[in-house]
Amino acid sequence: MEQRRKERIDRGIKVRADGLYALMSWRELGYLILPRMVLIVGMLILPFVMPSMYWQRVISIVCIYALLAVSFDFLAHFVGLVSLGGALFIGVGGYLSAIMNTSFGFPPLLAIPIATIAGAAICTLLLFPCLRLRGVYFAIVSLMYPLAMTRVIEALDILGGTDGIMGVDSFPNRWIEQYFVILMVLLFLFGARRLVNMDLGLVLRAVKDNDQAVRASGMSITFYKAVAVFISSAMGCLGGACLVHIYMWSGMSLFALDFSILPIAATVIGGAGTIVGPVLGCLILVPVSELLREFGTLRIVFYSVILVAFIVFRSEGIMVYGQRKYHQIERWVKV
Amino acid sequence: MSDQPILEAKDVTKTFGGILALNRVSFHVNEGEILGIIGPNGSGKTTLINCITAFIKMTSGKVFFRGKDISRKPAHKIADMGLTRTFQIMRPYYSLPAYKNLVIPLFSPRAKRTGGWRGGGKLGDRNTVGIDILEEIGFERDSFVPYKMASTLPTGYLKRLELARCLALKPEIILCDEVFSGLSMSEIASMVPLIERLQMDGIALVMIEHRLRELFRVARRIMVLNFGEKLIEGTPEEVMADEKVKEAYFGSEEVEEVMTYA
Ligand SMILES: Nc1ncnc2c1ncn2[C@@H]1O[C@H](COP(=O)(O)OP(=O)(O)OP(=O)(O)O)[C@@H](O)[C@H]1O
Ligand SMILES: [Mg+2]
Repeated sequence: MEQRRKERIDRGIKVRADGLYALMSWRELGYLILPRMVLIVGMLILPFVMPSMYWQRVISIVCIYALLAVSFDFLAHFVGLVSLGGALFIGVGGYLSAIMNTSFGFPPLLAIPIATIAGAAICTLLLFPCLRLRGVYFAIVSLMYPLAMTRVIEALDILGGTDGIMGVDSFPNRWIEQYFVILMVLLFLFGARRLVNMDLGLVLRAVKDNDQAVRASGMSITFYKAVAVFISSAMGCLGGACLVHIYMWSGMSLFALDFSILPIAATVIGGAGTIVGPVLGCLILVPVSELLREFGTLRIVFYSVILVAFIVFRSEGIMVYGQRKYHQIERWVKV
Repeated sequence: MSDQPILEAKDVTKTFGGILALNRVSFHVNEGEILGIIGPNGSGKTTLINCITAFIKMTSGKVFFRGKDISRKPAHKIADMGLTRTFQIMRPYYSLPAYKNLVIPLFSPRAKRTGGWRGGGKLGDRNTVGIDILEEIGFERDSFVPYKMASTLPTGYLKRLELARCLALKPEIILCDEVFSGLSMSEIASMVPLIERLQMDGIALVMIEHRLRELFRVARRIMVLNFGEKLIEGTPEEVMADEKVKEAYFGSEEVEEVMTYA
């Protein structure tokens, strides 16, 4: 039997658009901008396409998860820290924003940025002790904190105890809510993609690939890991802060495991290491998960099955697949 | 300038489990000097560098850099002081082009402080500074070599890249772990003047080498390690005439070759 092999060649336009020449022709410029425009415009018109109250809420939740997924992908694939701390970030950011709002009277649009920065600082401090350790410790510790938090809140009856904090203000109206979270996703999505290609981003990637050489270059790897954890937890805390103003309530369910697991599943589906992929993953996974709402906590089985299936079949993820089809021609050749 | 040594190690000892890898090794390096360290495989040369630069923790002993005790400092602080090292097993950032490899050391606090490559002033675009350093270390500027992925570079260039990473920090001393090994005769021939130029620039060097003949061309003082112990220290001629050294190297072709040559 004759052997065949798939050959992949970059499209001519990809090669041309790589260089400065891209700026000289509309066609090449369009080739570069088109995918970004589809995403940006697509996200921005979502609230109009699905104007029902129910689906608008789903869109907001998609955006919260998208922030978490970008945060996970950034930390896992560009810094080498696998975080299971989505729930920690959401919880810390959420409770902080709720307290800022109910106890200090800050309006949501002021409470959210404060909770984002302060929350990121708190999460970084909490995770700092395990940054020096190699291996799985970071993942384990980041998973333990949210579990511990719920028990502490329950046992000490602080922060509203099992009832949570009620009476949190909502966004001024639902359009502001929608566009605030959508713009935040776009901001952090393109910001993160920019960051990983800047000099600081190169250092972070070096910490992942070759930490000994980074130390030999006179830089503390613990410090740069902390910087990355701060950036990443800021995205998560922002998500949590938005969430409490969407639900107008802050409770122990902010520390739920879903916030840690779903972003990972979304990253695997969407294409790990692309940062955009995880957002696409959320756009698919969260609505499906909403449709399965009546199964309650059983939904975590659904994420797990998807996760396992993608891993077992070694899927590369939607985004990696899409990028390849967009940039390259494939054909079968005889060996 | 004082006659204080730039680097001084006192009784450096390292045990791995029960194995004594280094036994009370003491030596010093003078300002602007090249010190050669030789010894059979497994004699503890790499371990010595690792201990001095804090990449592994020494069991006991002290290290002084310009008279300052650095024995308890972490690795990045030591590099930050200008005491740099290369790795015997090269550690480039494989997924980056050669010149981008230098963006990382150029981002370090020390590079930001010492800055001012070429004509002084503020550290410019790190990419161009990186290419400048690569040119200095022997990457042909107008070729595509500086732009090639580190994973596709041959050994000779990777060894140079190791040195370039040190140079990006404007080092005061470089500890080189076998920069000549794995290179062809002609590659070494082009590397030797480079080492000499570093010395002329006032950088002190410690060179671990198995290529004795080339080492003896640049280093006037040699220290010999065997089974983690310092055997002898002296000029190449003194060292090679020593009975203990002959015994340690017994059967090694390199020594016979050098001895007949000397
Ligand atoms: N991390 C480690 N754990 C246990 N033993 C080690 C470790 N590193 C080195 N050793 C042992 O210490 C001794 C010295 O090793 P080292 O690598 O320093 O030798 P070397 O002189 O650099 O040899 P070579 O010329 O082959 O590079 C060897 O016996 C080695 O097996
Ligand atoms: Mg060695």
